[in-house]
Amino acid sequence: MATFKIKRYNPEKQAEPYYEEFQYDIPAGSTVLDCMNEIKWQQDGSLTFRMSCRSAICGSCAVKVNGHATLACQKQAENMVKNDTIVLEPLGNMKPLKDLAVDFTPFWDKINKVTPYLQPRSAPPEKERRQSPAEFKMIDDTSTCIMCGSCYSDCNVLEVDDNFLGPAALAKAQRFVGDSRDSKTLERVKQLSEYGGIWDCTHCAECVERCPKPAEPFYRIKEIMAVALEKGVHDNVGARHAISFVNSVKHSGSLNENKLPVESMGFFNIKGLLELVPVGLRMLLKRKVPPILHKSIENVQDVRRIFRKLNQ
Amino acid sequence: MKFALFTGCVAKGATRELMVSTKRAAEGLGIEFIEMKSAACCGAGVISEQSPLLADALNARTVAIAEAQGLDLVTICSTCQGNLKKSECNIDSDPEYKEQINHILSEGGHQYLGGKSKIKHFANILATDEGMALLKEKIKRPLKGLKVAAFYGCYVLRPSGLSDFDDPDDPHGMEDIFAALGATPVYYPSRVKCCGFPIIMMNKTASQDMSGNALLDAIESGADCVVTGCPLCHLSLDSYQPEIEKLKKKGYSIPILHLSQLVALALGYTPKELDMDKHIVSTLKIEERLARG
Repeated sequence: MATFKIKRYNPEKQAEPYYEEFQYDIPAGSTVLDCMNEIKWQQDGSLTFRMSCRSAICGSCAVKVNGHATLACQKQAENMVKNDTIVLEPLGNMKPLKDLAVDFTPFWDKINKVTPYLQPRSAPPEKERRQSPAEFKMIDDTSTCIMCGSCYSDCNVLEVDDNFLGPAALAKAQRFVGDSRDSKTLERVKQLSEYGGIWDCTHCAECVERCPKPAEPFYRIKEIMAVALEKGVHDNVGARHAISFVNSVKHSGSLNENKLPVESMGFFNIKGLLELVPVGLRMLLKRKVPPILHKSIENVQDVRRIFRKLNQ
Repeated sequence: MKFALFTGCVAKGATRELMVSTKRAAEGLGIEFIEMKSAACCGAGVISEQSPLLADALNARTVAIAEAQGLDLVTICSTCQGNLKKSECNIDSDPEYKEQINHILSEGGHQYLGGKSKIKHFANILATDEGMALLKEKIKRPLKGLKVAAFYGCYVLRPSGLSDFDDPDDPHGMEDIFAALGATPVYYPSRVKCCGFPIIMMNKTASQDMSGNALLDAIESGADCVVTGCPLCHLSLDSYQPEIEKLKKKGYSIPILHLSQLVALALGYTPKELDMDKHIVSTLKIEERLARG
């Protein structure tokens, strides 16, 4: 017998959410969603959650299981039991509506912000617009996204900044940035390089961990970054940071931590440079600053050769 | 035990106390670390923003150097660990790509074999039966009474397919080490979160809200100090701590240690020998706590 500790919420009856425990003997082979259904059907018909396909195709049943977002239909329940208990909560970073159902409005608003449709170069041809297998490969992974909201739920940046577009919308953006048939690549990467876009991703890979498909938004975000850098969209801290970093390693084989913050902020970005002063002074007073004369690694010539060979 | 030591850039720059304490910890444990002086930066996930091939080639070169030495490779930075593992995974999963990488490396006299040298974080070599036995054998000053909160650093946990921890959502390797050192581990939800360092220059408010939330969680869970295996987390949690609004509002502060410093303290080294006086947030609280026992 396992305990299902479920976060309940019904604003029409009680303002604050609370946890309710249900006892259920998990049959062999049951998914977490199977158990949720059985609890609803046998113990409490008011338990509310979204579901449909039960086959990890529709993306409806994403909830937090033991604190982390996942598709309830994709997890074997007996594997999720910890201390005889499975904890079920609504997805994070979205407002709960009732029990395990949340309001996806901000999620869809952000998808809409990235212009999630093809803007082709020419009028529709008589037949289809063709792509080579290599061109399709560029958007294959991100096309698998089922909009379940798991990445959005557990995104570490969204927990503190609503302005961030978030992993799902940025993955969707890569679907079109990487599409050989789209005509607005430059416009797209310019928009995506603004505050709240690609450079606000904190690289925590939480979205990769939560994604039930090969979409893995963090890697898609990095693909957009590469296009933005290649297209010359450099007038922002994130792009300058990447360029300074790469140049430092190209020159010495290692990171020059004294140059990186200044070059990232930009020499004419007075506000940004002033932001560096307090931490710089604190570290200076503790003699914690990196060596003024930045030393190259041994055999740095070989590292430079690799850069040259790759035209970097 | 003998390893090729990949120091990473930050241990030789802004967190030199990490390098100092790593050497002390290794000395105290009788582990031999051969520093990889010709290894390039791991790219920190930034070089791959421009060119994944370049990042993978540089990391393959690093692994090839360890392979030629016949040694497993140890890292002292979660970010280095994650990026070396990611490159290893990219290369090992695609024979044609591996061939391309080796073609790039060959003119420099390197060959990436793959799988010959394991890539391990310092925490992962200690959190084994052999490592635990070694800690228990060498410990001279049990850290009795010290309540220690782990802060893992994203890349040793995620993606879980590249992690050496059994359950990256609920790891216990660092806490097992603390217990072996005689300290009391503090479990708190934020120990597996991001410190926000990668966006400290792009979105400082969000970055410091992330580090602030994690530190508040650790403090309110009763920790005397936070211990991390990542120098970038250390910069975020220690060097920037005095300006984290969420902590300032409550008047809180908490010392942040590198894992190697905590280990070396238990091995009998003094805080001064571990450059703990170089930290931005004073570590005196830890010494007082240990004195009380």
